[in-house]
Amino acid sequence: MSIITDVIQSTVAVIKGMRRTLAEIPREKWTVQYPDDPITVQPRYRGMHLLHVDENGKEKCVACYLCAAACPSDCIYIEAEDDPRPYEQRVGRDERFAKVYNIDYNRCIFCGFCVEACPKDAITHGYNFEISVYNRSDLLKTKNDLLITKQKQSKNYRVALSSEDVDSEYKEV
Amino acid sequence: MSVAVENIPGQFDDLDQSLESQMTLSMGPQHPSTHGVLRLELKLDGELVVKAIPDIGYLHTGMEKLFEYKKYQQGIVITDRMDYLNPLGNNLAYVMAAEKLLDLEIPERAQTIRVLFCELQRIASHMVWLGTSALDLGAMSVFFFCFRQREKILNLIEAASGGRMTPSYFRIGGLMMDLPAGFERRCQQFIEGFPEALDTFETLATGNTIWQSRTQGVGVISREEAIDWGLTGPCLRASNVDLDLRRDNPYSGYETYDFDVPVETDGDVWARYRVRMRELYESHKIIRQALARLKPGPIKADAPKVVLPDRDDMRKHMDSLIHHFLIVAEGFSIPEGEVYHAIEGSKGELGVYMKSDGTPKPSRVHVRGPSFINLQALPVMSEGEMIADVVAIIGSLDIVLGEIDR
Ligand code: SF4
Ligand code: SF4
Repeated sequence: MSIITDVIQSTVAVIKGMRRTLAEIPREKWTVQYPDDPITVQPRYRGMHLLHVDENGKEKCVACYLCAAACPSDCIYIEAEDDPRPYEQRVGRDERFAKVYNIDYNRCIFCGFCVEACPKDAITHGYNFEISVYNRSDLLKTKNDLLITKQKQSKNYRVALSSEDVDSEYKEV
Repeated sequence: MSVAVENIPGQFDDLDQSLESQMTLSMGPQHPSTHGVLRLELKLDGELVVKAIPDIGYLHTGMEKLFEYKKYQQGIVITDRMDYLNPLGNNLAYVMAAEKLLDLEIPERAQTIRVLFCELQRIASHMVWLGTSALDLGAMSVFFFCFRQREKILNLIEAASGGRMTPSYFRIGGLMMDLPAGFERRCQQFIEGFPEALDTFETLATGNTIWQSRTQGVGVISREEAIDWGLTGPCLRASNVDLDLRRDNPYSGYETYDFDVPVETDGDVWARYRVRMRELYESHKIIRQALARLKPGPIKADAPKVVLPDRDDMRKHMDSLIHHFLIVAEGFSIPEGEVYHAIEGSKGELGVYMKSDGTPKPSRVHVRGPSFINLQALPVMSEGEMIADVVAIIGSLDIVLGEIDR
């Protein structure tokens, strides 16, 4: 007898559950057919970095090493150099600039401490999170890979960290 | 030293002298229902569990030692990675321990936002618990409903901090950034949609006879044993002990919120399930209150030597810039002393012990992870149960291996 009630009760439970599940079919979907469809990320998303330039294309970084000091995983490597030439001819906005600027993405944890530390707004996060490679040495990104002028067409591109950028709604990648 | 090898008592001694009908089964570390890389050494008599010995350490990363090599503010990112389902709770325990040593006054808005995010995170953590433990017991669709709600919360966390699983949103002395514009509206949308989801869970699991018979009377732990084993959080409250640090040792302004502490009496898997389900309603209530009392105001404590200055301020004022340089490059030192600060994490009492020797790096940080201590009770709960119920018991403990192994 109790087996029969058990079976009936379990069947009722399954039917009830299935009704709830099937009712979801016509409703709004939250799944995204990634990678065929793009994923949206929030404006503050912390992806791969961008090194910014000023309105004349001069690098903003002054090689102050603050980002390297703030980095909890010690993955930023900088070599500073002075360029005494006039503004029009040099690469940096200021006389001092980073001759070498490497971020080792084997180690980076995308914490945003470097962005928070930079006094010149020279480094921000972009939106790219698809950085897997076949060779670990390819994850060592140099200044050439990180400069915003080199990334204009990439998924990583985003404007400098400003209040409008942060407060805007969603960002399609 | 002439002790014969056979006289040295060993941990696995009685496992070796198994009866004819007994066998030893290794469950995990790659078993999906052990929620990570937990290995259980099960001694079975037929289908009955005679003894269960958890074997941990597969995820050990030396985080507690790592704290000693990082400046105080850099330690925050390590805490994210301990209990990766409750990162904001970990952040809070860590920063509050440091704030206690520094004697910092945290502004109202920052405290409210902290409470808001901790409760959102608690819901997200409980969603993963409910989804995975239901999946272990064969209820597949609950998992998808849970993860949809969690996705909404992760989007909110991402909107504020930029990270989903590793937000590092709290800072010693305040927050990383203020909330983005439109956050309140989106959070409001979430809390309006959430009761319907709770309804779904109640239909799919609570009212389901299959679910009830899988969980009721399974993995019982008595009130006395629960206290002896040092259980905390929902596991303790399911054994009829009314203890919640949010109410009994309030921090971050929890004493001003109106919420109940759910307690159940049976101490079985079902009771633990009910406690967590009822906690979801309470967290929902707290989020609603926190959102209602969000007022504009400062989000960082007034301590220029510890807290990074406002970015605008830093660009305009020389002294702010100097402080900024010093904090980032040298770190800040905390007066000598030691402190223990515990919060009610999503899994229990999450405590951080911090010892400072007056330098910019802590001389010792220890974390009391609730998962680690709750897991100790697994042998008590599972002895005499069927092997299939061990899966239900592990699910009901809500362990995260990242926190157990650290
Ligand atoms: S995001 Fe964090 S880990 Fe990565 S480079 Fe910046 S500070 Fe270092
Ligand atoms: S990126 Fe910013 S913090 Fe890093 S060296 Fe350049 S200016 Fe300094």
